[in-house]
Amino acid sequence: MKISIQINEGPYQHQASDTAYQFAKAAIEKGHEIFRVFFYHDGVNNASRFTLPPQDDRNVVNQWAELGIKNVDGEPELVVCIAAALRRGMLDESEASKNGIDGNNIHPAFRISGLGQLIEAGIQSDRLVVFGD
Amino acid sequence: MLHTVNKSSFERNSLKSCLNTIDNTSVILLIEDGVISAAKNTNSPMIADLAAQGRVYALQGDVEARGISSKLADNIKLVDYAGFVDLVVEHGTTVSWV
Repeated sequence: MKISIQINEGPYQHQASDTAYQFAKAAIEKGHEIFRVFFYHDGVNNASRFTLPPQDDRNVVNQWAELGIKNVDGEPELVVCIAAALRRGMLDESEASKNGIDGNNIHPAFRISGLGQLIEAGIQSDRLVVFGD
Repeated sequence: MLHTVNKSSFERNSLKSCLNTIDNTSVILLIEDGVISAAKNTNSPMIADLAAQGRVYALQGDVEARGISSKLADNIKLVDYAGFVDLVVEHGTTVSWV
């Protein structure tokens, strides 16, 4: 079955991303397809490649990256809402250069895109499960 | 339908709103702080009828993390994350009460 996930909260502050990750992992292990994970609101903070938790703690960002959720073209299907991301200083290379900012922090396993991607995930998937506050 | 509730009813009204809304084929899965409602003598009267019909689940890891494994109300069904996935697959639309 095709399943998509929406995450509305950031890592370490709220359990949403951890629950969603364990859910996604279990779904993949059961042979389901995670079509897309959409990071919305503070959920965009799950995509920072600068996240450095202490050594004895899980790295929420890398855990998502390691699930390797991609489409048939090899593009990441960990999708970060562009409006929510830019507001919070989360930029990929293209948005940084477009806005004249000299750095970017989106992990390469994620990509920035628009809200249409959430709607599309809802249409294309058999199930959409929301995690958040 | 599957309804997930992720907040304790001491914090939010989401469980109550959920119970007021659901139809008689829906099931509830308590996750995160929502599992507090699965403890005996908290909200058990609110969900007792539904639980007696086998329609209340709680996420085992969250139950254990909050130390209420030995204090569960009657008829609460524990599921792991694989069980969570099965509930999502079996029950069509998932509604997340937050």
